[in-house]
Amino acid sequence: MDITKKRRRIALGCEGSANKLGVGVILHEGDLSDPSSCTSTVLSNVRHTFVSPPGTGFLPKDTAHHHRSWFVRVAGRALADAGLSPDEIDCVCYTRGPGMGAPLTSVAVGARALALLWGKPLVGVNHCVGHIEMGRAITGASHPVVLYVSGGNTQVIAYAEQRYRIFGETLDIAVGNCLDRFARALEISNDPAPGYNIEQLAKQGGRVLLDLPYAVKGMDCSFSGILTRVEELAAQMKAGQGKGPDGEPYTAADLCFSLQETVFAMLVEITERAMAHVGSSQVLIVGGVGCNERLQEMMGLMAAERGGSVYATDERFCIDNGIMIAHAGLLAYETGFSTPIDESTCTQRFRTDEVLVKWRK
Amino acid sequence: MTAADKQFPPPPILTHPSASPPILVTQGAEGRLYKTTHLLPTLPCALKYRPPKPYRHPALDARLTRARISAEAKVLERCWREGVPVPAVHAMDAAAGWLAMEWIEGVPVRVAINAWLGDAEGEAAPTNEKQEEDLVDLMRRIGEAVGKLHKTGVVHGDLTTSNMMLRPRGSGTPANGEPEAATQDGRAKALEGEVVLIDFGLATQSMSDEDRAVDLYVLERAFASTHPRAERLFGAILDQYKTTFKKAPSVLAKLEDVRMRGRKRSMLG
Ligand SMILES: Nc1ncnc2c1ncn2[C@@H]1O[C@H](COP(=O)(O)OP(=O)(O)O)[C@@H](O)[C@H]1O
Ligand SMILES: [Mg+2]
Repeated sequence: MDITKKRRRIALGCEGSANKLGVGVILHEGDLSDPSSCTSTVLSNVRHTFVSPPGTGFLPKDTAHHHRSWFVRVAGRALADAGLSPDEIDCVCYTRGPGMGAPLTSVAVGARALALLWGKPLVGVNHCVGHIEMGRAITGASHPVVLYVSGGNTQVIAYAEQRYRIFGETLDIAVGNCLDRFARALEISNDPAPGYNIEQLAKQGGRVLLDLPYAVKGMDCSFSGILTRVEELAAQMKAGQGKGPDGEPYTAADLCFSLQETVFAMLVEITERAMAHVGSSQVLIVGGVGCNERLQEMMGLMAAERGGSVYATDERFCIDNGIMIAHAGLLAYETGFSTPIDESTCTQRFRTDEVLVKWRK
Repeated sequence: MTAADKQFPPPPILTHPSASPPILVTQGAEGRLYKTTHLLPTLPCALKYRPPKPYRHPALDARLTRARISAEAKVLERCWREGVPVPAVHAMDAAAGWLAMEWIEGVPVRVAINAWLGDAEGEAAPTNEKQEEDLVDLMRRIGEAVGKLHKTGVVHGDLTTSNMMLRPRGSGTPANGEPEAATQDGRAKALEGEVVLIDFGLATQSMSDEDRAVDLYVLERAFASTHPRAERLFGAILDQYKTTFKKAPSVLAKLEDVRMRGRKRSMLG
């Protein structure tokens, strides 16, 4: 049946561009000719994370292996949680990119297998667009400036004329990568996530703010200089030589606090600059770093001053998941988009602004 | 007092009794801009105030505010002396977070271009080459201003079309507000005037090709995302930049590297 005529439309989405494997099922209801009548409901959202030991990062090969070994179980759970049989699903969506090659490929293989097995069309999805659409759906933010912050990406985005346009981004490493690598230097646990553990430790710091480089260029920013400095400070602390501006030794908690205060101030600043530039007062934070409560609080203070507000989601939706791929994939599928099996490749590079956002005015 | 003034208390310097009450013009990215007068009630002046940011740690906030106000004043002085089109500095207090400068008539270049291109919904996109030539001409003036800036050893740090004013030629009197409507010759006039660079809060003194290339890259991306319909004309800015600035070739070579890095950055999700 023609998808545009159906009142109930269902997609299953598969995500594995980094160390999270996620499969989710979404339901869209309502008449497509009247977008305001349409609703989205999460039917299931299952995730399994590959956690590497403290002091190490996740490598592509091990991560791909993790995704392959868990794919069937996670997909089976997602279907069972949704209480659906495969024939009720309209399309199978998967992350085409951006991300790490081997993990992306292993999940694409899984998605292709499901599509062939069930005889359903396949829809390739841009991971970043998945984050944005899911954030909009959950929070109801209609036309926000988007701060997308994760282990692999740092971008300030606003929608204009059928594309999510990148106004600012990191000039070197992603903010999440900066946090993760700092966690490795201090051997902070990667379970459930290094950023989460830094946030908890930072709450015990705050006696002093250590001086770190502050690197903002217009709506772009840079984190590698900060990482270098904070790694030096960590090494000095371990050697028993680290002293703060007050002459007293600083702690791991002080380092976490100073790092967060500095990099988040930079993120809020570039977001504010983009808001002033496009004349928007809504801000939506998506991506794994987006569940940091201190970042949300700082963003909220900025937005309030501009007479607006901040929209953010909790870890179910801002950490990589399958449901966002299902949702964004289904939005595209409803406009007639699908990915033929023999073109269902993955790509490590896939910029947010490459996607034609046909489902928005 | 307007509602906006009540919502945002002005800096103490503006609370002194004066013949011409300050007007809050915009809440920019980080500062508030007031129109007031300096020394003479007939001499309009722009007062930029950076209020404390409640989201920022107070120590970091004080450090950034002070550094940026004094850097902005220093860089403006230098540009002014060397003939780069910028507002002249009248007075400042870095610790209090304000800087008073010459008032520039006209509208931001962003506003002029968007009005000229027509609203997002409008159908006023340029139809023939002659009309497009007016926009290309403005782009050349932008390229020239940026070339002059880089020649003096300054990089702007936040080059966007919001941070350039289009000052009507020979304006001593306020041209006041809105650009001309999008009629046939009104449109041409809407893009006339002198490009004046403003907002040097993130500027630094640098002669390095890398810093200059990043400056151009920031402008290129801001331009593409702000004026997608005029994106393909961006080359005109770089062409004029090359004509104005002798060292441009090595900067443009570096710009290619910076762009490549940009594309590589999309490698991870
Ligand atoms: N010297 C000036 N004369 C007239 N208007 C100005 C002047 N400086 C700034 N403006 C106006 O105020 C706005 C914000 O100023 P700007 O210096 O860009 O501050 P911000 O750092 O907040 O972006 C500008 O976009 C422009 O419209
Ligand atoms: Mg500005």
